[in-house]
Amino acid sequence: MASANDYMVDVAGLRKQFHVRPERWGAKPRVVHAVSDISFKLRPGVTMGIVGESGCGKSTVARLLMGLVEADGGDVRLAGQRLGYEPAQLKAVRRKVQMVFQDSFASLNPRMTVEASLMFGPVVHGMPRAEARRNAHDLLARVGLEPARFAGRYPHEVSGGQRQRVNIARALALRPEVVIFDEAVSALDKSVEIQVLNLLQDLKAEFGLTYLFISHDLNVVQYISDQVLVMYLGKIVEIGPVQAVYEHPAHPYTRALLASMPSMDPRRRTVAPPIVGDPPSPIDPPSGCRFRTRCPHAAVPCAEAEPMLVRTHTQTHADGSHQAACHMLNAAPGSWQPLVPTPPVHTRTTPGAMA
Amino acid sequence: MNTTTAPLAATALPAIEASPSYWAGVRRRLLQDRVAVVCMVILALIVLGALLAPWIAPHDPAVGSVLKRLKPVGTPGHPLGTDELGRDMLTRLLFGGRTSLLMGIAPVATALLIGGTLGMVAGFLGGRVNAVIMRSVDVVFAFPSVLLAVAIAGALGAGIGNTLLALTIVLIPPLVRVTESATTQVRAIEFIDAARASGAGNAVIMRAHVLSNVIGPVLVYATSLLSVSIIMAAGLSFIGLGAKPPTAEWGLMLNTLRNALYSQPLVAALPGVLIFAVSLCFNLLADGLRNAMEVQ
Amino acid sequence: MFTYLLKRLLYTVPIALAVTALCFSLVYLAPGDPLSAVLPSDASQEIIDIVKAQYGLDQPVFVQYWLWLKHALMGDLGQSISSGRPVADEIGKAIGNSLLLAGLASALAFTVGTVLGIFAGYRHGTATDRGLSALAIAGVSIPHYWLGIVLVAIFSARLNWLPAMGAGPEGSAGWSLEQVPYVVLPVLTLAAMPAGIVMRSVRALVAETLGRDFIVGLTAKGMGQAAIFRHLVKNIAPTTLAVLGVQLGYLMAGSILVETVFAWPGTGLLLNTAILQRDIPLLQGTIFVLAMFFVGLNLLVDMLQPLFDPRMKRT
Repeated sequence: MASANDYMVDVAGLRKQFHVRPERWGAKPRVVHAVSDISFKLRPGVTMGIVGESGCGKSTVARLLMGLVEADGGDVRLAGQRLGYEPAQLKAVRRKVQMVFQDSFASLNPRMTVEASLMFGPVVHGMPRAEARRNAHDLLARVGLEPARFAGRYPHEVSGGQRQRVNIARALALRPEVVIFDEAVSALDKSVEIQVLNLLQDLKAEFGLTYLFISHDLNVVQYISDQVLVMYLGKIVEIGPVQAVYEHPAHPYTRALLASMPSMDPRRRTVAPPIVGDPPSPIDPPSGCRFRTRCPHAAVPCAEAEPMLVRTHTQTHADGSHQAACHMLNAAPGSWQPLVPTPPVHTRTTPGAMA
Repeated sequence: MNTTTAPLAATALPAIEASPSYWAGVRRRLLQDRVAVVCMVILALIVLGALLAPWIAPHDPAVGSVLKRLKPVGTPGHPLGTDELGRDMLTRLLFGGRTSLLMGIAPVATALLIGGTLGMVAGFLGGRVNAVIMRSVDVVFAFPSVLLAVAIAGALGAGIGNTLLALTIVLIPPLVRVTESATTQVRAIEFIDAARASGAGNAVIMRAHVLSNVIGPVLVYATSLLSVSIIMAAGLSFIGLGAKPPTAEWGLMLNTLRNALYSQPLVAALPGVLIFAVSLCFNLLADGLRNAMEVQ
Repeated sequence: MFTYLLKRLLYTVPIALAVTALCFSLVYLAPGDPLSAVLPSDASQEIIDIVKAQYGLDQPVFVQYWLWLKHALMGDLGQSISSGRPVADEIGKAIGNSLLLAGLASALAFTVGTVLGIFAGYRHGTATDRGLSALAIAGVSIPHYWLGIVLVAIFSARLNWLPAMGAGPEGSAGWSLEQVPYVVLPVLTLAAMPAGIVMRSVRALVAETLGRDFIVGLTAKGMGQAAIFRHLVKNIAPTTLAVLGVQLGYLMAGSILVETVFAWPGTGLLLNTAILQRDIPLLQGTIFVLAMFFVGLNLLVDMLQPLFDPRMKRT
């Protein structure tokens, strides 16, 4: 049994609720259940992709892990360091985990040069300025930006892809062990996107990093991840090795997501929308399984209790690493009748099929 | 395999191409704005004149002969005439500038420092700190500004120091509001989160990241406040609350010269021309600054 | 909307209280003994104590504040030291005059400012616009007391068209047509700055609204100029009225300088007298009334906002 020290990222029972001010006097304050009971563990060197619709809570998870938002409950350990909210604890954690945000322009101070932005973090942690400058130039070179040309520039003088490289360099400036990417490539042109993804792979190997890659783009997640975590309305619905999840999706939501991936393959046209209805609001999630209102297999027990993560019986990995949270999963055949036949299984595309 | 921060090779770094900073761009655009340049020149001349008054003024501002009272503009030896006590107008205006400009500029500078800091702290920290600061500011705002200045100066009594205090108090609330609003907007942008993610504390973030982004609009507002402040300062002297005779001060001179309106209207109006000119230049300069800062 | 109004009303109460506290405490800023204006310097201690008790100055500060506030709210603002008459009477006489001036100046400023502002906004960027904007900035930057002096120099001293001082011919009581010439110069003087402010803000609003997409859409639908104008007015009305309300408040409270120039018997002149004579009850009372007026006016403007701005009706 692996000991706790083997895991680079160890999250248990992470919870966060936001409170919405009531519109009228006397109305009950509304609670947004952004993140409910998220738990997972990552070995060093692994890339975990996190996918889900807008509003499922993936960005909130990122901010919780960074300590930018204070969690309501749960335990987070990063590289052995426990995440706490005292200034000293936060500062210690921030040496271990860094983040790259989606909006490359808003992530950089428009009044600071690229070089100054890269120097800020190390200087805050005590590095002398001259050394921090050398560090900055070194990192720029490693992400593929010539220091002589780029160090003195301002964010608006640099293209989107180049800016994101700057953000990546900044994330690495403190030599973290974990890097979180929150939709970091979503805003980039496709041709630029693949370059950045390849850069990320190289950097991971060179610096020995562990990645958390959040995205709504399933193709990208498949390309870069070793494991994948599927979220819905603040909860994990499926988790496992990327190949297992993409080839044998167990949870109905995952199946629907994968079926909706646009593809150039004429043999796999999407005809009917796989999921019906609008996503429910996280303020008033359905009782029991949160997906049941849009699930073709929903039955009576789905409304009564929240499903726990259990090993799937369609897995190809025997170690139990592929899990899904669905009541209909391990039910004995014949005891519950699915409402519609299960949709066909999605086969893995070759990397060339990606735009 | 994690490389800790092993000392990097101590070689000299190659020179980098430095881009012009935002402020260099602002300065360039401002200097291309003809109206703004004219205003800056006029203001520079007036300020310079006031500063150098003891050396360049032709006469003594306190000395006057009743025989020479109320001479018109263009009198030999007194190019701008003499006042009701026979003192040279040019001299009095130059020396008056020292007092008037001080009474107009010092309160704004002080209020900018105090109000700007309070506003930035309120905007950045939010929550209860914000509530306390902004509600206190609301209370002072509930008072009309001229009335408040008059009330404070009136209660404390005449004198330059009291006027400076009164004006500073009146000018702090609007500066707090403007700074707080700008800070709140900046705080919502992601690079602040990125700075926090780097492990920096609040004070460091405010100094290194918020200040440079907030100071633009605040400076524009402060410049327009300068025009208001000068008018109010001279106005307080006009009704007897600011500078006391025989000090030379533009507003006070307007008051003492009122009876000369019928005999020497031009001379009587001169101090006001200067107040108007300074105020106008500050307002136009504020507009010019705003335009120069607007370009991305 | 109801919640908004209620909240606004409730919010005003502590603010108003704080304002009264400020009014009251101003007196305590004053150096020197407030009694020195009333008593001869060699008065015996007994007399001093009696007078102190009469003015309530022997009680602790909070009690004094409470007593003063109670009386003030009932209309009793004490006795003026300089004139001997009740402060409330003095203010009552003066406030009508100030309101007349402020009201007329506001109306003038609003009309001129709005008309010119719309005009300039329609001709955004042209020479006319630039000329009008220059005028507006001049209006905003001008020291109004100096403008008053200049106007007097031109129209009274030089041309003798209009009187320089006072509110009416000597010895006149009540309102009469003879007073009109006396009103002209003060109103013009007072109106200059707010006219400039209104003009600038209306111009900016008009230029911005005309440039917005929905105007282009309406023109494409074939809507005539008059109809566009009506739409424009509906859009700029809320902000313009708010600016006007604020200006009226400032005019009332800040009229002291102009009233001094024209010897206009309003609250501003009363303030001047109170300061010169160190007449504390008069000072306190006048500031109190003016400040309360300002607070009340702001409240009124805020509460009328939803009527003009449909976006607020839903909050």
